[in-house]
Amino acid sequence: MNSIITYFKGLFIGIKSLLFGMSVTWKELWTKKVTQQYPENRKTLVISDRFRCELTMPHDINNEHACTACGICQMNCPNGTINVLSAMIETEDGKKKKILDTYTWDMGMCTFCNLCVITCPSDAISFNNQFENAVFTRSKLVQTLNHKGSKLREKKKEVKPQSVPVVEDKLTSSKEQMIEPLVETKISTPSDKSIKNPKDNTTEN
Amino acid sequence: MLQPLELTNLLSWLDTTLRDSMPVFWVLLIEFVLVAVALLAAYAILAIILIYAERKITAFFQARFGPNRVGIYGILQSIADVIKILLKEIIRINNVDRFLFFAAPFFMIVASMLTFGAIPFGKMLHAIDFNIGVLYVTAVSSLGIIGVLLAGWSSNNKYSMIGAMRSGAQFVSYELSAGFALMTIVVLTGTMSFSEMIAKQEFCWNIFNGHISSIIAFVIYLISGHAETNRGPFDLPEAESELTAGYHTEYSGLQFGFFYLAEYLNMFIIASIATTVFLGGWMPIQIPGLDGFNQVMWYIPSYAWFFGKTGVLIFLSLWVRWSFPRLRIDQLLNLEWKYLLPINLVNILIMVILVLAGLTLTDLFPVLAP
Ligand code: SF4
Ligand code: SF4
Repeated sequence: MNSIITYFKGLFIGIKSLLFGMSVTWKELWTKKVTQQYPENRKTLVISDRFRCELTMPHDINNEHACTACGICQMNCPNGTINVLSAMIETEDGKKKKILDTYTWDMGMCTFCNLCVITCPSDAISFNNQFENAVFTRSKLVQTLNHKGSKLREKKKEVKPQSVPVVEDKLTSSKEQMIEPLVETKISTPSDKSIKNPKDNTTEN
Repeated sequence: MLQPLELTNLLSWLDTTLRDSMPVFWVLLIEFVLVAVALLAAYAILAIILIYAERKITAFFQARFGPNRVGIYGILQSIADVIKILLKEIIRINNVDRFLFFAAPFFMIVASMLTFGAIPFGKMLHAIDFNIGVLYVTAVSSLGIIGVLLAGWSSNNKYSMIGAMRSGAQFVSYELSAGFALMTIVVLTGTMSFSEMIAKQEFCWNIFNGHISSIIAFVIYLISGHAETNRGPFDLPEAESELTAGYHTEYSGLQFGFFYLAEYLNMFIIASIATTVFLGGWMPIQIPGLDGFNQVMWYIPSYAWFFGKTGVLIFLSLWVRWSFPRLRIDQLLNLEWKYLLPINLVNILIMVILVLAGLTLTDLFPVLAP
């Protein structure tokens, strides 16, 4: 008797759950279609902000970037995708200074791991959302990220702690901290003057 | 009843003109050829339409668009696929039993083709009207399994072999249920001929006529028919994740196309038999007494009714296919031997009692009898 009850119970529970499953798929039949029809919907296409497409070095309106040519991104890149070429120049007060000459990034070798962006102490590089990157030859994948004639943006914020150069809230190693304030103090001093005295500015250029 | 869009007039006109102008032998010959061509064309066209419909509906169940690039809404997609499959190379496989290997797809096609002839597509659109139509259809459609077994055996490939054996086990089991379900309705209508069955369903479809018993038989027929076509939750003979493609793993080009075609047509055949036997076939919805309404229903041609009802059943089968996960072989055989078959046997008994005791709807309300 018990087994007969189990038999029919199993049967009806089975039918019930099957019908429930069918009701779920019936609802699914009428849901909005999720397919993205890509070339047609280019205008409205939404790419997630964190999607990594193309490495860029943002330049401001004065054609200035933030890269100090420290080479940390190059060292951290697991693929050797980045090549930072620096040049030595002499500032007007006679100090030697390393500046960025060419910053090349080979998209064909990049794994888009984001390590370079994370480790850059100056936040000089970032990934953008420009995902249509197909080109006809491989050489076109190698891009120079710094614009022509661009130069290092001089940091005004760090002028205040001149007397206490150790105070910095950046996530940088102690080694970099040693280098950075040194560079900054030297650069920022003339720039401070340049606001009051435009002549100095021109000589620097 | 006025039947303006019916093909009856055209067909009888054709027949009389031919008979007037030439001897009977030639008339018959021409008509046979015409019927064969029409059936073959219908076979191919139906397959193309079914493939398109299935891909679209499947996509909708998965919140996709499905084919929508070739032609407007992708309607030319399956035609393009047919052209592609016709142009593909038939790869010669080493170490196969060549004769059986090449014969297998034809078994499939011929089996479904033979069934096709006995299906009443509409008023007068019925190639052969056997007085044992139900028996004929059941017998002939079962031939397809020979094709599957041969394909699996001759391919000399373990996946094909396992797929074919599974298919055999499945087919033999479910054929039993399908047969019993049809038999229930044979008990109800007292005839095995499709045309008489349809005539008897003029005012009351068989599924209503035998109420409880008919509905159970209908559900069981749909389940076992679905299992016979190796689709949906019962597709373990060609379970991709386990057997690559099952019995047709080694086939390519047109030979694969044959299997593919036969699979879709089998789906159609199951749906159309269910329509004919349970849902009144090509008979429009008729309500005794309401002559105006009946006349309006007759304005819709009978073949449209047939394809409409069949379409609903095919949709149902797709719905089931995309709702349930694939069964294991033991679950599959459990379902058949422990549930469907005993229920079916009891069901026939109930139907016999219903008929003998005069408890069917047509017995209770004589106005529903044709
Ligand atoms: S994302 Fe990774 S691989 Fe690409 S350049 Fe940056 S560090 Fe190198
Ligand atoms: S991008 Fe950043 S890490 Fe790379 S060289 Fe420039 S400042 Fe250094």
